[in-house]
Amino acid sequence: MGKIRQRLYFIGALIVLSIISLVPRNAKLRIRDAATGTMKDTTVRRVPINLGLDLQGGIHLALEVDQSKGPVPDCADAIQRAERVVRTRIDEFGTTEPVVQIQGRCRLIVELAGEKDPGRAKSVVQRTAFLEFRITDMKGLFKDALPQIDAALRRAGVRSRGAAAPSAVAQLFGGDTAKAERDSATDANTPGVLQSLLFQGQLPGEYLVPEEQWPLVDSLINRPDVRAAMPRGIELRWGSQSESRGARAYRALYAVDARPIITGEELVKATARRDPVTNQSVVPFQLSHRGARKFSDETARHINDYMAIILDGRVQGQPPVIRSQIGANGQIELGAKPLQEASDLALVLRAGALPAPLTIIEERTIGASLGADSIKDGIIAGVVGVALVIVIMIGYYRMSGALAVAALTLYCLFTLAGLAAFGFTLTLPGLAGFVLSIGIAVDANVLIFERIREELVHGKSLRLAVDDGFLHAMNAIVDSNVSTVLTALILYAVGTGPVQGFAITLIIGIAASMISAIFVVKTLFLIWLNRRPDMVTLSI
Amino acid sequence: MIRLFANANYDFIKWRRWAFSLTGAIMLVGLGFLVTRGLNYSIEFTGGTLVQVELHRKVATADLRTALDNVGLRGADIQTFGSDTSYVIRARLTATSEATGDAGNEAVTAAVGKALDQSVGPGQYTILRHEAVGPKVGRELQGKAFMAILLSFVVTLIYLAFRFEWRFGLAAVVATAHDVVATIAFISVMHLEVSLIVVGAVLTVVGYSLNDTIIIFDRVRENLRKYRRQNLYEILNLSINETLPRSVLTHGTTIATTLALLILAGEVIRPFAWVMSFGIFTGTFSSIYIAAPVLLWIEKRWPGEDARGARAFGSRAPATPSVPAPPATPPSQPRTPQPAR
Repeated sequence: MGKIRQRLYFIGALIVLSIISLVPRNAKLRIRDAATGTMKDTTVRRVPINLGLDLQGGIHLALEVDQSKGPVPDCADAIQRAERVVRTRIDEFGTTEPVVQIQGRCRLIVELAGEKDPGRAKSVVQRTAFLEFRITDMKGLFKDALPQIDAALRRAGVRSRGAAAPSAVAQLFGGDTAKAERDSATDANTPGVLQSLLFQGQLPGEYLVPEEQWPLVDSLINRPDVRAAMPRGIELRWGSQSESRGARAYRALYAVDARPIITGEELVKATARRDPVTNQSVVPFQLSHRGARKFSDETARHINDYMAIILDGRVQGQPPVIRSQIGANGQIELGAKPLQEASDLALVLRAGALPAPLTIIEERTIGASLGADSIKDGIIAGVVGVALVIVIMIGYYRMSGALAVAALTLYCLFTLAGLAAFGFTLTLPGLAGFVLSIGIAVDANVLIFERIREELVHGKSLRLAVDDGFLHAMNAIVDSNVSTVLTALILYAVGTGPVQGFAITLIIGIAASMISAIFVVKTLFLIWLNRRPDMVTLSI
Repeated sequence: MIRLFANANYDFIKWRRWAFSLTGAIMLVGLGFLVTRGLNYSIEFTGGTLVQVELHRKVATADLRTALDNVGLRGADIQTFGSDTSYVIRARLTATSEATGDAGNEAVTAAVGKALDQSVGPGQYTILRHEAVGPKVGRELQGKAFMAILLSFVVTLIYLAFRFEWRFGLAAVVATAHDVVATIAFISVMHLEVSLIVVGAVLTVVGYSLNDTIIIFDRVRENLRKYRRQNLYEILNLSINETLPRSVLTHGTTIATTLALLILAGEVIRPFAWVMSFGIFTGTFSSIYIAAPVLLWIEKRWPGEDARGARAFGSRAPATPSVPAPPATPPSQPRTPQPAR
């Protein structure tokens, strides 16, 4: 009797632990306040089982360091630093329990549950957000070097294609400088390729390129021979968007100092707001103490120069002129772009720049309604499956079958508790695996009951038949379950997200069925036999 | 009590040649499909874009097709998914578009949106699911899936060699390999989409079939010890008959749950449920008609010590089966953790 009590205590403890791990608890949730655009914490009560993205909807992204624009020597290091930046950004992004993890050596996985806007999520994650301030080419070094660059292009055999009718363009533009520049090109009687495509802008270092020509110009300035002919200490950067002057759209190209006077690393605060006067979205920012000192020194030296604000290699807006020394505060003007974009920019600026650009190699977006349908269908299938198993077990094994079914409810409890306690994620294949494992879980009981029947046929007493039945069935149960666990482990090692969820559910299910089908059922048998010592036939 | 097949005494092994012919014929048909039609790989393996969309009004599939053709997605396939307003559009990456890679996926997504705007109308549809997989990920996954199946064989063989004896392990692996080939043939015939979940189902079939084979082999091991006079043919038949009630019950409950999944659990899980349902049949079949005859054949080809498989138990069985054997085992012999009872 004492043995039974011990067993009952053990089962009781397991049940209590399982229930504790499944009790709904408070989870902190960061959500974005729609009115102010800021983040705030709320708490919700829910059962602590993590649902996979395929069940609750959301976005899964796999990213790698972009090597297409030049090899990154140490991608593992780059991805580790990128992980920290992305995590900081995502934490402010406003989803429940985001997943940011490194997979393998050089791959980053980002999972945002419940997020519906993949475009926005992608831009927040992927944006390099490298901010720098550079003085434009005040001395006209680039302009002076243009003939040499064109000479280099001519040597390379590049003919001017788009320069067939530049005069009309120049007239539209109406700038004297542009005309002069074009004239100088015709004076030499050899219209330079690049020269004929560039028009002097309004401020030093600014050039305008007709919108339809900019891919051509972009390919020209990225040629190695053009890069080699560039004046020392000067680089070219495109404006972030095209602007219309007269009837045509132009894109600005800026010649800027190669050395930034300050970068985004010195930035400590960035917010987003709408300028009440101009109704434009602006991102005011604040620099660190050190950054502010550096910034004011540099700006003091460059009074009346123009300063380009460059984000991810693109000049934001038209470079403003530095009128006086600037201290810790400044702002980036985004023009008519929506406030949402400004606040996302502020967010990525606060989190810092990515060490290298990231490229998305895999993307999945699952709508929340699809996930909800999957859960509903999965639960219906589970309930029907369990009902069928109960009918078969009780119909065939009677009272013993009923004991097995009682153990089966504990099996379900233990499995769910296992998922919750170890923080594993329940996915749709996992749900299928759970339903499937209910069918398999009774296998142990079937093996045991068939053994007991055989022992009874051999004429053993009830108690001995039960004991021997359990004992002799053990071998087969252990062997068959170990082999299933081994295949599930391989599946876990190889699979991703949903499939890993399946493997985990299968493994936990097998562990739970070992306890419920063998230990719990044995205990129930012992109690049953003790209560009815006069029993001569077993209901099995 | 109800007793199914209580004193069954069928000569299963006698029908082994018929069984081989049957499964051989089925597999030939399946392999024919496999060669001519190939497998319908999901975009997880090929790389590409999948868009699942719920239309707010009914549109003829042909209209969708035309709209997709118009935006240049000629290779895309369209499939209804569950209901006739729910569609899945798949555009696999082809060899030519592989160079553009991920940019290609972006373009395809935009093009699908355009096609839907044209055919259904803007705002008249909801995108339920969108997946885009780069070619690199697809290639990696193909390798991984292949490795997984291979690895599961190796691990199984090692475990069975450790737990039983190499003859048993080999027979079980042959039976399991049969199941994998038969399942792949089934996938090809049914034209099921081979996704990672389906590969998971195949591996589960491997585990399930193996499980079933082990239950029978465990009984064979025990009966070889118990009935010293019978030959392996008789022992195999006896063991299969003895485990028959268990097989019927367990397969019954498992089929009940997989059928529930197949019918009720929705479109995403359906390929998985199909493969599992088939796997239960082929797993049961192979445990009886592949594993057991192959064991018989292996035993004939490479006989154990007393030419009936008793060497599986370290040839240390005592004269009377009821006395436990001494645990002394020659070091070269495979170890059996369970001493003879």
